[in-house]
Amino acid sequence: MATITDRPTATGPKPARRRGSKRISLADRRPGFVVYGILIAFILGSAFPFYWSFLVASHDDQKFTADAPLLPGGNFFHNAGRVLDTIPFWKALGNSILVSGTVTVSVVVLSTLAGFAFAKLRFKGRGPLMVFVVATLAVPTQLGIIPLYMAMAEYGWSGTLGAVIIPNLVTAFGVFWMRQYIADAVPDELIEAARMDGCSMIRTFWHVCLPAVRPAAAMLGIFTFMMSWNDFLWPLIVLNADNPTMQVALEKLQSGYYVDNSLVLAGTTMATVPILIVFLVLGRQIVAGIMQGAVKG
Amino acid sequence: MTTELTVTRGRGAEPRPPRRDDNDDIGPGKLSWRYRLTRLDVKFSPYVYIAPFFILFAVVGLFPLLYTAYISLFEWELGADEQPFVGIENYTALLADSQFWNAMVNTFSIFAISTIPQLIIAVLLAVLLNTALRGRTGWRMGVLLPYVASLVALTIIFGDLFGVQYGTVNNILELFGVDRIDWQADRWWSHVAIATMVNWRWTGYNALIVLAAMQAIPRDVYEAAWVDGASKVRQFTSITLPMLRPTLIFVVVTSTIGGLQIFTEPLLFSPSAGANGGATHQYQTVVLYMYQAGFQSQDLGYASAMAWILFMVIIVIAGINFLLTRRLASSGEA
Repeated sequence: MATITDRPTATGPKPARRRGSKRISLADRRPGFVVYGILIAFILGSAFPFYWSFLVASHDDQKFTADAPLLPGGNFFHNAGRVLDTIPFWKALGNSILVSGTVTVSVVVLSTLAGFAFAKLRFKGRGPLMVFVVATLAVPTQLGIIPLYMAMAEYGWSGTLGAVIIPNLVTAFGVFWMRQYIADAVPDELIEAARMDGCSMIRTFWHVCLPAVRPAAAMLGIFTFMMSWNDFLWPLIVLNADNPTMQVALEKLQSGYYVDNSLVLAGTTMATVPILIVFLVLGRQIVAGIMQGAVKG
Repeated sequence: MTTELTVTRGRGAEPRPPRRDDNDDIGPGKLSWRYRLTRLDVKFSPYVYIAPFFILFAVVGLFPLLYTAYISLFEWELGADEQPFVGIENYTALLADSQFWNAMVNTFSIFAISTIPQLIIAVLLAVLLNTALRGRTGWRMGVLLPYVASLVALTIIFGDLFGVQYGTVNNILELFGVDRIDWQADRWWSHVAIATMVNWRWTGYNALIVLAAMQAIPRDVYEAAWVDGASKVRQFTSITLPMLRPTLIFVVVTSTIGGLQIFTEPLLFSPSAGANGGATHQYQTVVLYMYQAGFQSQDLGYASAMAWILFMVIIVIAGINFLLTRRLASSGEA
């Protein structure tokens, strides 16, 4: 019991205070089984589609006509093999990793540089330019895809991965996010000290700013990777079936008049597993990132 | 460059006289060269650092948007030899196009039934997550699970769950004695199904944002309310909700910009319908219609007009939201 009563104090502010405010706020109450029950139901609901996808993928298609089984069958690897025969799965996976990886590195580096300039350097037009960056957050640039497509076709870039990578090399969100973080996390004195010691701007950035912003940069990286991984409309338009990203390949798997569900859902399962693994490893950081961003933004 | 740094560092390590004297020893020519370089560095580096964003935005964001407006004044077909100028004809045709209005209504309908319930559930979920749960991070990760899943994969899965004949949702409904629903053919129910996908994906994410805002509310406020004898419900409605307002508006603004451009869910909802958005376009959204007109019917001028109208609708709504936020949020940077 002692360990249990000790626990909340580790997360709450102070032991003495906690006792006094115990009845005051809902936030401090030990939740009963109702709360846990609702949360468990919610999470089961969240997980169900994933389970369903695997369930269908592990049977053959005919099973799901009248009475659907509730336990996985043994057919998954057979179906997975058919997926590999139908779409260029490995190529799509490689392409997606390549595209998202490149975009992530580029967004993190360029956003951090710009965020550093906006947060710590003095230059003419800084205020208005920052307002401009924030304003572009509200601009639905996706609606400009028609001329963008024409330009890519004109220069012979459509069908290449460059067409998917280049428009996403740096984002307004990234610049804004890094600016907010750097403004707090990097003390002005440190930058001044580096400057006094004769560091050039880029060296100051490299030696003073970068080490201090690693956590924020990592979060931006995770978000960018997932956003890029899920990007669909533009890749669908500009890429073709021979050289797709994962999302485009999945769409090709599904389109058609006769749909073999166990085949399609085997594909979605295979495409989901890598992301789920990433989530299990980095979930804690993703949660922290969302909650931090909410307070800052 | 490296040698320069080591020299500077070495000098710094000595028990040294003030630096300025050091520099004076170097000699006038050398000083001004270095001085000038430093000046250039200080003056132009910031612009170099922010340039990538502005250049990229100009090339792939702003220019295409403006050029979209230009294209919308032509009868611009993909691969045609010439593109005759038609003025505002695309727009007049669009405003008389019942399929466009249908798409507009669908977009807003799906948006409304995906945003409002989502916000309510997200706030309630945040209240639950804000209790002293055991293993907090685990629960938070749990509700975030849908957010990380690939959108295309999940839309396909949901399309299957909402199947008419053998879909699981209908099977469950039947278990409770409710009639099977035609999730695809019926306009309203198809909107509900698509909104469910959106809600399923984003509720947990938004709950975490609301939770973060809840934790930022100072404890003293609740203590004062408790002293005044306010009940739990009263505390929630009079303290929590008002203090959450800026966050809720933020959530609404972000979901507006994304929600009005909804595309993947209606495209993949039913495999056979494709960009039609159902046999009678019952769930075709504006971006989906734009995709169909531009990239399937090759009518880029018409699609551009559509993009431009939606663009203006989004800007107007985002603008209204922005003004509201300014008025409601008394403090804060953003």
